[in-house]
Amino acid sequence: MRYVDEYRDGAAAQRLADRIRAITTRRWNVMEICGGQTHTIVKSGIDSLLPSEITLIHGPGCPVCVTPLEMIDKALAIASRPDVIFTSFGDMLRVPGSSKDLLSVKAQGGDVRMVYSPLDAVKIAQRNPERKVVFFAVGFETTAPANAMSVWQAKKLGLKNFSILCSHVLVPPAIEALLSSPSTMVQAFLAAGHVCTVMGYEEYIPISAKYKVPIVVTGFEPIDILQGVYLAVKQLEEKRYEVENQYSRSVRREGNRAAQQLIHQVFEITDRKWRGIGEIPMSGYRLRQEFSDFDAELLFEVANIQAEESPLCIAGTVLQGLKKPHECPVFGKECNPEHPLGAPMVSSEGACAAYFHYAPIRTRQEA
Amino acid sequence: MCLAIPGKVLNIDYTAQPVMGTVSFGGIEKSICLEWLPDVKVGDYVLVHVGFAISKVDEKEALETLKLFDEIDEAYEELQSNEVVRKDDQKRQRPSV
Ligand code: SF4
Repeated sequence: MRYVDEYRDGAAAQRLADRIRAITTRRWNVMEICGGQTHTIVKSGIDSLLPSEITLIHGPGCPVCVTPLEMIDKALAIASRPDVIFTSFGDMLRVPGSSKDLLSVKAQGGDVRMVYSPLDAVKIAQRNPERKVVFFAVGFETTAPANAMSVWQAKKLGLKNFSILCSHVLVPPAIEALLSSPSTMVQAFLAAGHVCTVMGYEEYIPISAKYKVPIVVTGFEPIDILQGVYLAVKQLEEKRYEVENQYSRSVRREGNRAAQQLIHQVFEITDRKWRGIGEIPMSGYRLRQEFSDFDAELLFEVANIQAEESPLCIAGTVLQGLKKPHECPVFGKECNPEHPLGAPMVSSEGACAAYFHYAPIRTRQEA
Repeated sequence: MCLAIPGKVLNIDYTAQPVMGTVSFGGIEKSICLEWLPDVKVGDYVLVHVGFAISKVDEKEALETLKLFDEIDEAYEELQSNEVVRKDDQKRQRPSV
């Protein structure tokens, strides 16, 4: 057993889809939170396997997509400095800021480097003591302990030339913000399995009870997602609303305590602006006071940069599940992966890019 | 962004700070931080995100998940109880561990 192939079996997927159809008696809207799940759903055509009564709404679960424009502009300003080595996960490099992206800064001579792990950025700082190394720390709770570890290590090693540009976001406050919006259409959630691997799922229990919504912690393979949908629909049909854990091979109720401990040592909770959604109270992490020497926003004095979104982009409504990507008037026209107008078209996990790459025929038919 | 993939732990270096180990992803080996899995052993499968193991894959639960799927099948078969279902068809083929 390698914990991958077993969850990709096409015949099993079809059987699960049949089972979902057998228990579905009316229309239901289920939101998957995570961009990784959106990617699987669109790529493997899960949404077309499901009965037509069930609509999967693609939620705001791609940290690349929700990183505010001004944060990208701050990254660009820092990366353009000659004394800086700017490091980032690959998927942030092509996200357009107000005028350009990190790759074009690199083309113009900036030292921008892609790293696989935040610890690689710390190593670069160790090897280049005369340069200032900045890591673009974006992500959900899944990535937070790794990013916290980079700062923890840098402090332990006494590095004076390492800092992070921190734009961390948290999932439960975003779910609450979506549920408390009067226009919400979401009736059940598939919670993001890897976020819950780190954080556990106790935080979701009061949300499920307060808003009377089923929340199913769900994995990322096609079979996982179909099982998650099955459990969510079963709850809806039986008028139950609980937190269930489909992804129990990885997610424990309490999560990974050691990783959480490091997060809380390095970060504290703060209000955070989400691209396309706006400010959500207590929905992000920032560095604690003790680690302010590692805060690139303070070190490079970029805190005041402001930015405007493209007026054509309706990413806000897409990220809230009110519209599908192909319902955007400029989808696939003015806005495409070569010339993205908004972040959901940039990241391969963004709902717009997923539709562009994997569902061109279907979306053209529907459009 | 939250991509995490399962891999098999080949060795563990407890002297490293943080604790590191070699993890194989279908033959591709990488150095991975194992600091947050205090009871991890060589041979375990771990879920890895940006160079960090964030959980041990629980074999029993993994099988349960596939079993849950059988139960869904059975529930469906009950629904369709007027149909004759051959016992053999109900059994899912499971790859060996
Ligand atoms: S298609 Fe482009 S412009 Fe339209 S919502 Fe998506 S990212 Fe924005």
